[in-house]
Amino acid sequence: MDELTSTFVTESRDMLAEMEAGLLRLEQAPDDGDNLNGIFRAAHTIKGGSGVIECHFIENFTHQVENLLDLLRNGRIPVTGELATLLLSCCDQLGALLDTLASGQAEPLAEVLSRGDELTAALRRCVPPDEATEEGGVPAERPPEVRSCGGGVVSTDGWHISVRFGENVLRGGMDPLSFLRYLGTLGEILSLETISDAIPPAEQMDPESCYLGFEIRLQTRASKAEIEHVFEFVRDDCSLRILPPRSKVQDYIQLINELPEDTMRLGEMLLRCGALTPAELDAGLAAQQPPALPAAEGEFDDAQALPAPPIGEVLVEQQVVHREVVEAAASRQAAVSEKKAIESRMVRVQADKLDQLIDLVGELVIAGASANLLAQKSGQVELVESTSVLSRLVENIRDAALQLRMVQIGETFNRFNRVVRDASRELGKDIALVVTGAETELDKSVVEKLGDPLMHLVRNAIDHGIEPAAVRLARGKSKKGRVGLNAYHDSGSIVIEVSDDGSGLSRERIRHKAIEKGLIDESMPLGDDELINLIFEAGFSTAEKVTNISGRGVGMDVVRRNIQALRGTITVSTRDGEGSTFTIRLPLTLAIIDGFLTSVDKSSYVIPLDSVVECIELGAERLDRNYLNLRGEVLPFVNLRELFEIDGEPPSRRSVVVVQYAGSKVGIVIDKLHGEFQTVIKPLGALFRHLRGIGGSTILGSGDVALILDVPALVDIASRRERSVCLTTSAVR
Amino acid sequence: MLDTDMTIYRASEHKDALLHALGETENLEIDLSAVGDIDTAGLQLLILLKREARASGKQLALSGHSAAVRQAIDFCNLAAAFGDPMVIPA
Repeated sequence: MDELTSTFVTESRDMLAEMEAGLLRLEQAPDDGDNLNGIFRAAHTIKGGSGVIECHFIENFTHQVENLLDLLRNGRIPVTGELATLLLSCCDQLGALLDTLASGQAEPLAEVLSRGDELTAALRRCVPPDEATEEGGVPAERPPEVRSCGGGVVSTDGWHISVRFGENVLRGGMDPLSFLRYLGTLGEILSLETISDAIPPAEQMDPESCYLGFEIRLQTRASKAEIEHVFEFVRDDCSLRILPPRSKVQDYIQLINELPEDTMRLGEMLLRCGALTPAELDAGLAAQQPPALPAAEGEFDDAQALPAPPIGEVLVEQQVVHREVVEAAASRQAAVSEKKAIESRMVRVQADKLDQLIDLVGELVIAGASANLLAQKSGQVELVESTSVLSRLVENIRDAALQLRMVQIGETFNRFNRVVRDASRELGKDIALVVTGAETELDKSVVEKLGDPLMHLVRNAIDHGIEPAAVRLARGKSKKGRVGLNAYHDSGSIVIEVSDDGSGLSRERIRHKAIEKGLIDESMPLGDDELINLIFEAGFSTAEKVTNISGRGVGMDVVRRNIQALRGTITVSTRDGEGSTFTIRLPLTLAIIDGFLTSVDKSSYVIPLDSVVECIELGAERLDRNYLNLRGEVLPFVNLRELFEIDGEPPSRRSVVVVQYAGSKVGIVIDKLHGEFQTVIKPLGALFRHLRGIGGSTILGSGDVALILDVPALVDIASRRERSVCLTTSAVR
Repeated sequence: MLDTDMTIYRASEHKDALLHALGETENLEIDLSAVGDIDTAGLQLLILLKREARASGKQLALSGHSAAVRQAIDFCNLAAAFGDPMVIPA
């Protein structure tokens, strides 16, 4: 696949996503004209692109879709549910066609083709007969975006293209009109004026020469280079001037002067095109006398302040300026720099390159820490100072590098609009998807791996969570069910919630099922939380019937495994009859964290700084009780010395680091605090896979290895132990 | 009555014929209903004819625009400049 094609595929997929989102909105708000235009533009861009890369099967199909969209846009046919469904299937079909193109096959598979034919037929059926006949035999030839405009309205947000075709163009077998029509596929031609002044008197006119020029206002998202590309074949044989959107008035005045036609006529043309207002033209031309063009903005403003002479006078007095055609090389150079300016706003980079950068930054962090340590040991104040500046910069680089990988979760969330819509139709339920916190950012690699688990959860919520409308009404709820997706940051992790306002999970049914599947013993006493979280066990499904949406009993444990692979956790809370909420907690980044370095005896431990709340000194309280009094609050703690069975006498003064995770606070008892420390997480080997309480390792500046504490696991250990102590004491009583 | 495509291939021939026709009469009407295709050369020729007619104070009317002609004229925003009524078939 060549570069052009792969760009087309990537961009078209974006467009397709946009189109799909638009279609979903369309159902909710059929009268939203902007939205319809957006959908149309997306389809149109895909069609245009497919034309450029000469991928006809996509072009033809998109054309049909576009026809229908055009009718919708013009209000000639109304928006209906069936139509939206049809157009959504068309989106799917386009996706399939893009897959075909991406896989490098020349023709789509037979099944894809036949589905395409069905859809095309369905699309045709939607077109009223009178519209269909007007279409004529050669639909692809019809320029879809042409609209003539009387002028009067100024639209400086379009490109202004001024082209004079050379005499030999026609003889060369090229038809300027077809270039212009093709130009129309890049965007929307707002207005177009034909300049025919160059046609010589009848006797001298050679009918095979081209004397025409055009002034065009084009609204497009294409870059200057893309516009120039349209005229590629006649490049050497025409004079082409392109003014970007929102060009200054002077630029237009300069354009008028550069063109061979007489100034007045051109001025008029520009007025008619809507490029300039009469006042602007007046002021611009006034400023131009004396002939030297005003270079600075200020001069121009001064000139504008002068009483402007009537437009006619200025134009008549103005001598016609013939300037040499700007050389192709010069304009090409300008185009290149302009394109760069546009591209710098958005760069597509390969993910591996980013990963490599993050790896290098990781090494830099370690090396920086080591340099810092050495500097401190040396005791040279200047050296310490310079290394501290260096390490601050490294910190910034680290943050910036990590930021590169961050994407908003909104895009992932929005995909579910379609899922909810399709699934709810299939099941005959009326469900709305409520998305909040779409702007929350998280690591791209995490987002990618999150798609499948979220899909399971959402489908589950639709299928098992939300009751049928009749049941809902009977229970006194509104007919429309609600599935919520929410994301937010919480102490160094990102929390994603999938909630529904359905029936909730039935504890009895879960218990029953778990016993039936042999997951638990009948006599086993289980807390509510423990019971509910049984649904994450393998082979557990409480759905009475297996539907094709969910209920194969593989969902939940796969979900949990996927989340765990991302070093995250998933929990569920439910209220009978009111709905349930699945909460996924994920670490913010996967590679580098801010750590808090502590030590017990000779071993170093790093606690992720984000989870640290405060540090307190461990008083003379009794340590056999595993909890202490934190300003009137009961704080369970874990003693690392005990937990990791480290020998040796504890020092007389010890500290407690209070950490927080998922709303519970836990103290970690350590010997010494060392302070903040940037940590590059190195995963532990497979050998240590089952180790609880350790999340990874890192290398200190001194070259020693420090272990990174797994705060969620420690919190779990502490609260579990607390509970078991509670249970045993109550049992003893 | 023009009954062929107004393209570059016939441009020279058309120019002579049309200018000749314009020279013969004060009021020339060109029926474009049978023009199957029109390109820039054809369009340019129409512009020239219009200009010549205006210069010599003659009347030149274009009528019965075929779909292709109508499209080309619309596209180039020349309808007003030509000033001929274009009937759009229902």
